[in-house]
Amino acid sequence: MPTRQVYLEELAKLKSDVIKMGSLLEDSLGEVIAALENLDAAKAEKIILEDDRIDEMERLIEDECINLIAKQQPVATDLRQVASVMRIISDIERMADHCSDISEFIIRISGENLPLPEHIREMVSDVTEMVSLVIESYVREDTAKADMVLKEDDTVDRYSQDIEEELFIAMKHNPDKIRPYTDYIMIINHLERVADHCTNIAQWVHFIVTGELAI
Amino acid sequence: MEKSEMPGPAAEPKFRIKDLDLFYGDFQALKKVDMDIPSGEITAFIGPSGCGKSTFLKTLNRMNDLVDGARAEGTVLLDGRDIFHDIDVISLRQRVGMVFQQPNPFPMSIYDNIAYGPRIHGIKKRSKLDAIVEESLRKAAIWDEVKDRLKKSALGVSGGQQQRICIARALAVEPDVILMDEPTSALDPISTLKIEDLAIELKKKYSILIVTHNMQQASRISDRTAFFLLGEVVEYGRTKEIFNNPKNKKTEEYITGRFG
Repeated sequence: MPTRQVYLEELAKLKSDVIKMGSLLEDSLGEVIAALENLDAAKAEKIILEDDRIDEMERLIEDECINLIAKQQPVATDLRQVASVMRIISDIERMADHCSDISEFIIRISGENLPLPEHIREMVSDVTEMVSLVIESYVREDTAKADMVLKEDDTVDRYSQDIEEELFIAMKHNPDKIRPYTDYIMIINHLERVADHCTNIAQWVHFIVTGELAI
Repeated sequence: MEKSEMPGPAAEPKFRIKDLDLFYGDFQALKKVDMDIPSGEITAFIGPSGCGKSTFLKTLNRMNDLVDGARAEGTVLLDGRDIFHDIDVISLRQRVGMVFQQPNPFPMSIYDNIAYGPRIHGIKKRSKLDAIVEESLRKAAIWDEVKDRLKKSALGVSGGQQQRICIARALAVEPDVILMDEPTSALDPISTLKIEDLAIELKKKYSILIVTHNMQQASRISDRTAFFLLGEVVEYGRTKEIFNNPKNKKTEEYITGRFG
């Protein structure tokens, strides 16, 4: 039997809890897609309530990390794991907050007669994929997958600028719809922030594996 | 095996060890050890029991000469001079002092413990000896605790105090280097931390080499760490690197406690 059995189990539990938290986030994102598709205010309300579960997980996992450090004095890769988890859960929690904020805007837009612009649907899809990819890169400690996330962020940034431009033009042609168009722009900004948090997590995956942050 | 690194472009290492093999009869306890040990730093040696780290330490002041059948091959330079051929062994042991795991004050007064070395080296004048005793005990951060009982037996104080007296005794002959072989293994946590603070203070003037089983101790106080395994140096580098991001998988396994 390997030594430090209890310590190894605690490390494994930590990882599994982060994966659970990531799973909850992916579920929330899935619900955001569905809520946006039909401008479904009821679904959006549920997403906002779910945010509490993710906040709670962040607190629990942070506690686990601090206890591990105090009791087991991790070093080397183990320490990088624990230190990175404390940052990663913060990024996941912020992404969940963004899902909540997007849901607030969905509730507002649901009263207007302005269906989801096509390019926003595509952007949501891209960002959701980034989240899945970065969680997978953490699970597998795969820096190649983390690098793909870093590259994808550039695409998402460019994309969001293009969509904003389109929406500004649409506003000019439909000035009575300025409010909902503005809300869609806010949604894009939140999606873009979700992508940024994915790149943070990708950096931490690099750090866990190599001891260095990605360039 | 990791090659050692030069401490800096201009600084001469305190010890330069090249291709050191050490045998006890037929058994090879050290294999091709290559290392530059800088001066004015604390260098820690870690590794499992029997890995050769204490043997290595005792080679540096030729304590192994006292072991039947011990034979060293290779080169050990102290300030550029070969310790096996170019330095008298008495002079070597004056320059390279040693403190052991079990505090071992002589069965005599605290004063006579500290004065012993200087007396052997020919110092007889009372005032000079008084000054050396006080200075050594001050440097070992124990003067205030024992100044009123210098004539009492050194065996009458606590383990932690005895160990600091042993350090003072080593300091009395004005060494360059202090070797410490698990100096706090037998001490309570508070005495341990006092000795660690002392080591950090002493490195301003001396080079400290410490063998320790306590990895947190190595990471707390040392500037560089060497990991020994089965007589070889597996990895040697800045302590921060060794404990944050070791290059060798075996080092990582050892310091994270993954055996079996």
